[in-house]
Amino acid sequence: MTHSRLTNFGCVAAVAIVFVAVLTFAARAAAQPVATLLPADSEISFVSRQMGVPVTGRFTRFDAQIALDPRRPETGRVAFTISVASATIGVRETDAELPKPAWFDAAKHPSANFESTAIKALGEGRYEVAGKLAIKGVARDVVVPVALAQAGPRSIATGAFTIKRLDFGIGEGEWSDTSIVADDVQVRFKLALSGLPPP
Amino acid sequence: MTSAPAAHHVAARPHIARYGAVAIGLHWLLAAAIVASFGVGLYLHELPLSPLKARLINWHKWAGVTILALSAVRLLWRLAHRPPDLPAATLAVMAAWQQRSYRATHRLMYALFFAVPLAGWAYSSAAGFQVVWFGVVPLPDFVAVDEELAELLKGLHQLLAFGLGALVIVHVAAALKHQFVDRDGLMQRMLPTVGR
Repeated sequence: MTHSRLTNFGCVAAVAIVFVAVLTFAARAAAQPVATLLPADSEISFVSRQMGVPVTGRFTRFDAQIALDPRRPETGRVAFTISVASATIGVRETDAELPKPAWFDAAKHPSANFESTAIKALGEGRYEVAGKLAIKGVARDVVVPVALAQAGPRSIATGAFTIKRLDFGIGEGEWSDTSIVADDVQVRFKLALSGLPPP
Repeated sequence: MTSAPAAHHVAARPHIARYGAVAIGLHWLLAAAIVASFGVGLYLHELPLSPLKARLINWHKWAGVTILALSAVRLLWRLAHRPPDLPAATLAVMAAWQQRSYRATHRLMYALFFAVPLAGWAYSSAAGFQVVWFGVVPLPDFVAVDEELAELLKGLHQLLAFGLGALVIVHVAAALKHQFVDRDGLMQRMLPTVGR
C-alpha cells in the first residue's frame, strides 16, 4: 500500500516535473520572436564551376521556420526546407537533368533540409549558425556565417558557405568527374524576414 | 607541250613569289583549328548532355577564342607584310569573275574568321555561360544573359559557320584546280618549304 502510494506519488511528481519542464521550454521557445520568411524577396542560389566557368543556379521554392531574438541568438532556432526539384540554372537542357537520380534525385529526396544546432553572435550583426544540412539523404555538419541587417520593417539575412557536392552524392556516376564539375559548390542566400526585432 | 599553262608551269615555277613563313604557318595552323572546331561543333550539336559534351563544348569555345586571337594576329601580320601578288601568268588566264571571286572569297573568309567565334562567344554569354579561356582566363560577357537572344545568336553562329565552311570548300576546290587542272604551281606559294 504505502509502497504503492509512494510509487503513485513518484509517478505524479515525475509527470508534473516533465509537464513543467515542457511548459517552461515552450514558454522560452514562444518568447523567441518568430520571423516570417518573405520568399518573393528572398534568394537561395548556388555557384558551381564547370571547367572553370562559374555557373549560378537557384532554388525557386523554399521555406523557413525561424525563431530568433538577435540579442539572444543562442536560444534561437533556424530550420530550412528547400524543394530540390525547383533548382534551375536557366538552361532547359541542364534543368531537365537536375531532378534526376544522378543529381538531386528529387523523386526519392524531394527536399533538402537545414536544422540549426547552435547560433553564436559574433557582433556587429554577424552570426555563426551551426547546423545539420541534409541533401539527398546525407546529413553533414555545416557552419553558416550570416549577416543580419535591418531594412525598414524587414531584416535581411545574407551569407554564403561552401559544400562539397560529392559529400551528398550530387552528380553521381560519370558526373562525379570533378574536372568537369568542381566538387566545391558555393551556396549563397539573401533572405528577407519580417517579425524579427532589430539587433 | 601544246597548252600554254603547262609551258608556264615549267617556266614560271622558280619565279613564283611565295608567302612568308609566318603567313604560311598561320594559314595551316588556323586551317587545322577551324576544320577541327567545325567538326566538333557539328558533333556536339547532336550529343545529349553528358560530361563528354561539356568537355567538347568548352574545348570548342577555347579553340574558337584561340582562332579569333590568331586571326587578329594574322590580319595584322598581313597588313604589315603584303602577300605576294598572283603570278602574272595565273592572272592572265583568270576570267574577270574569277578574279572578283578570288578577292571576295578571301575577304569574306577573313570577315568570318572574326564573326563566327564572336557570334559563338556572344551566344555563350547570352546563355549564361561565361567563356573562361582554357578554364583559366575569364573573358568578358559583352551581351547580357537572355534566353531569346541566346537562341538567336546560336542560329547566327551556325549560319556563319556554315557560310565559312562553304567558302573553305570553294577555296580548297580552287586551290586544287590550280594544282591539278591548271598545273600552274600556285599552291606552292602556301606550302611549307620542302627540300625539292
